[in-house]
Amino acid sequence: MSALTTKTIAELRDGFRSGDFSAREIAEQFNAAVAGARALNAFTVETPEAALAAADAADAARQSGDIGALAGIPLGIKDLFATEGVDTTAGSKILEGFKPRYESTVSGNLRKAGAGMLGKLNMDEFAMGSSNETSAYGPVISPWKRKDGGNAALTPGGSSGGSAAAVAAGVAPGVTGTDTGGSIRQPAAFTGICGIKPTYGRCSRWGIVAFASSLDQAGPMARTVRDCAILLDAMAGFDPKDSTSLDLPVPQWEAGLSSDLKGKRVGIPAEYRIDGVPADIDALWDQGVEWLRDAGAEPVKISLPHTRYALPTYYIIAPAEASSNLARYDGVRYGLRAEGEGSLDSMYAATRAAGFGAEVKRRIMIGTYVLSAGYYDAFFTKAQRVRTLIKRDFAAAFESCDLILTPTAPSAAFGLGEKTDPLAMYLNDVFAVPASLAGLPAMSVPGGLDGQGLPLGLHLIGRELDEQGVLNAALAIEERAGFTHRPEKWW
Amino acid sequence: MSVDTEQVRHIAKLARIAMSDAEVEAMVPELNNILGWVEQLGEVDTDGVEPLTAVIDQKLRLRDDVVTDGDCRDAVLANAPAVEHGFFAVPKVIE
Amino acid sequence: MADAAAPYRITGATGDWEVVIGLEVHAQVVSNAKLFSGASTIFGSEPNTQVSLIDAAMPGMLPVPNAECIRQAVRTGLALEAKINATSRFDRKNYFYADLPQGYQISQLYHPLVGEGEVEVLLDEKDEGSAKTIGIERIHVEQDAGKLIHDQHPSFSYVDLNRAGVALMEIVSKPDMNSPEEAGAYVRKLRAILRYVGSCDGNMEQGSMRADVNVSVRKPGDPLGTRTETKNVNSVRFIMAAIEHEARRQVDLIEAGGAVVQETRLFDPDKGVTRSMRSKSDAHDYRYFPDPDLLPLELDEAFIEECRASLPELPDAKRKRYEGLGIPPYNASVLTAEVETARWFDDLLANGVEPKAAANWVASELFGALNRLGRTLGDSPVSPAQAAELLGLVGDGTISGSLAKQVLEIMLETGEGAAAIVEARGLKQTSDSGAIDAVVDEVLAANADKVAQYKAGKEALFGFFVGQVMKAMAGKANPQVVNERLRSKLD
Ligand SMILES: [Mg+2]
Ligand SMILES: [Zn+2]
Repeated sequence: MSALTTKTIAELRDGFRSGDFSAREIAEQFNAAVAGARALNAFTVETPEAALAAADAADAARQSGDIGALAGIPLGIKDLFATEGVDTTAGSKILEGFKPRYESTVSGNLRKAGAGMLGKLNMDEFAMGSSNETSAYGPVISPWKRKDGGNAALTPGGSSGGSAAAVAAGVAPGVTGTDTGGSIRQPAAFTGICGIKPTYGRCSRWGIVAFASSLDQAGPMARTVRDCAILLDAMAGFDPKDSTSLDLPVPQWEAGLSSDLKGKRVGIPAEYRIDGVPADIDALWDQGVEWLRDAGAEPVKISLPHTRYALPTYYIIAPAEASSNLARYDGVRYGLRAEGEGSLDSMYAATRAAGFGAEVKRRIMIGTYVLSAGYYDAFFTKAQRVRTLIKRDFAAAFESCDLILTPTAPSAAFGLGEKTDPLAMYLNDVFAVPASLAGLPAMSVPGGLDGQGLPLGLHLIGRELDEQGVLNAALAIEERAGFTHRPEKWW
Repeated sequence: MSVDTEQVRHIAKLARIAMSDAEVEAMVPELNNILGWVEQLGEVDTDGVEPLTAVIDQKLRLRDDVVTDGDCRDAVLANAPAVEHGFFAVPKVIE
Repeated sequence: MADAAAPYRITGATGDWEVVIGLEVHAQVVSNAKLFSGASTIFGSEPNTQVSLIDAAMPGMLPVPNAECIRQAVRTGLALEAKINATSRFDRKNYFYADLPQGYQISQLYHPLVGEGEVEVLLDEKDEGSAKTIGIERIHVEQDAGKLIHDQHPSFSYVDLNRAGVALMEIVSKPDMNSPEEAGAYVRKLRAILRYVGSCDGNMEQGSMRADVNVSVRKPGDPLGTRTETKNVNSVRFIMAAIEHEARRQVDLIEAGGAVVQETRLFDPDKGVTRSMRSKSDAHDYRYFPDPDLLPLELDEAFIEECRASLPELPDAKRKRYEGLGIPPYNASVLTAEVETARWFDDLLANGVEPKAAANWVASELFGALNRLGRTLGDSPVSPAQAAELLGLVGDGTISGSLAKQVLEIMLETGEGAAAIVEARGLKQTSDSGAIDAVVDEVLAANADKVAQYKAGKEALFGFFVGQVMKAMAGKANPQVVNERLRSKLD
């Protein structure tokens, strides 16, 4: 029997159902793969027992007949999702040892569908980062290497870097990620896998450690478009416990998959051609347009005039919300407490100084400043007005197209420690952030390799609630790109 | 707009993050870099443009007035650094 | 009692000072569950037993608003003739304190639920002319904080989150009050209205209603002085005392060449003084911004109309109605001051009693008797129906007013009905002139000398004869008949 760790979720599901192998065999092979891949530092916690328990339940259920959509499938869970009784740290020292007494709605939905948990996945601290280097538990190492003979350790991207590395390395068939300004799509692009951020409100935020509430969205990451659809079917759904959750029926995205794009118009935004982007990336973008044309779609030129203001807008709104969302980490009810000089305030200040890393502190400082008296209107309110304009840009564009195609990121994976300037790091998300600000569904699908043999991703943005359109276009690209490259195992 | 060490100290105090003088000094140019960059939003004409209030346009739902939660003190206190007689314990506050 | 003619002044070395007072009254909304969580609001449970993971601000927890809390605030606004805002928003008020788990209070700054309204207060219940209108600035809905206990441990303060997240209405007055009496009358009136409406139980001892008292002083005609805010004063008496002390303190301070600093102060009931709050001394910058976990709150006409339709008759309307029934203004305001009294009296009227006489009897006889028993109408052993029965017996001349007093005492002791008591104890008064004549003759015969003096012109003796006859008939004779028979025999 060939290694089950090379199979897609769809193959594992179908093989398990037709009895080719047991859920326990699947879990055992992935548990072994996880244990064998510690050099990647992709997991903050390994939970092999949990994976086996779910597998045994799935095997038992298969006897009795009725089994969940994800029965027998072991998954990795980003450490931003609260998992009952299992350490949940959000990649931060301030939550070291925190064991929630509750399960996030999304991870709970996956469990109910029969999925098992391989462990918790490393990430940038509080999802603030694009390289996984801000994690208090050390950076995740990408399974990919440049083919320049050198052995530089590369970033898997971030903040869902552990998630991306685990899938790319074949130690998890699928994982959860979260995306606030590209944290699913950019790492997916860097590691040659698929990842989709659904419409804001599709996946409940309940039980997901908050970074920026008006932007945070959970989504799946996996090897194929179909696998993403399978996972999203299970993750999404109305949750009365989240006031921003969409009270709408969840379409059957997997069942609706079709790579026939006849009649679809694909918008190509002029503003996404920016200086300093490697030729490989622009070339892949052009190739992507041809693939979609080949699938029956009609490319149209569109304009998203406020694109260049999206990143600065994001870097006002996200830190502002984060500065407030992270106020609860005060050493009183959970996590780290540092005593300080005895007073309550010095306990707060000492705890937060010791518990938060440099990037988190930087963003809390920025967020506190842009909300403070005298600056609120100039920064925060201004940013929310520009955000309205960015949303309008998309609404106008979608009058002349059904989908938008862009590159996912302005570069391929870079080396750990190569980017030290915060601003340079923020630019990673220049193509991903506009869709986040507008709450639109967006997905990264592998398109090819660059000159260094590193994966590059193509980025599809859809209308509000049109995850199906995004998935279908991604499927069309996947079929034509024939991207089957996998990193060579060195770990 | 740019910040000086005094402002950075004040922001750090508001945010309850202890910072050494050296950390404050280092933070000043970092923040000014970012602030200088986000200030380009000033170029955008937003006259008569409403600030975004809801990412996806929908109404706020209200729940029914029924007790469905609470009565779970052990779960509430389970992760606390200091607990005394069913209370969270914090350094003494003088009001 | 302040009367409109002589405005309240603080006499200082440099002359008279005017006091300007504004109140922010926090009223706990009557609801089963908290504003944003399903935890109970019941008072006085074991510490941290009425706390949900939301109230404890666990990572990833989210608020969902309680419809009843919104409804009660709207009903209160309508009762105060205030503008209801069809669209309002929740904002975060950011600050660190041990009783505030989220690190922010969900409140409403920019778009409150209720706008401007007004309350009319009577400074002298006997005098309609003493009416003054106090403006309401706004009413917003917000979360209560937890409770800190400082005296249980040498080095710790204890945190109880049972109250954290309970819904409060903050009712903000305009700075329209100028004396402790006006402030007291305003709070009493506000309390009465809230209790009529049923949106707050008005229990100040348990903290269901407490006021932040804003006080400043100025020479009459001068612009407003710098104000201080004395927080959480929880009785009308203390509010008045706090104003008196704080105004005097400010006058002395200014006249001594000092200046009032805008600050938060605390009232010490034992010493009767206010003092600066050290814990809240540092300059505040609350960094309010719209809560991204909650969407704008939109109320439709139907909702607001239902709130309006559900309002009971309010104190002022009731008082005017009573006065229209011929009840004297003083009795009318006494009978409408407390919702229980008014309900009891409405039941009495429903039993078809004569309003004026009934009001007099309740205000004098019943209240007097209840006071002696240390009881109130709330727990009166005499029901409105029983009282109506008693008043009926007086009305149709079955018993005299003096007998009625005895009967009431017996009713209060035994709980028996008036008619039964009169019957069993033979208290029915007689108008039988034959029987009365017989007694009159005996009395006149037994007092021949006094009869002589009377005829000689000592008219005053008439009362003596009446008394003797009544005495001989154990008070059961009809006084009119006795008079009439005596005259016919003497004159
Ligand atoms: Mg106040
Ligand atoms: Zn308040």
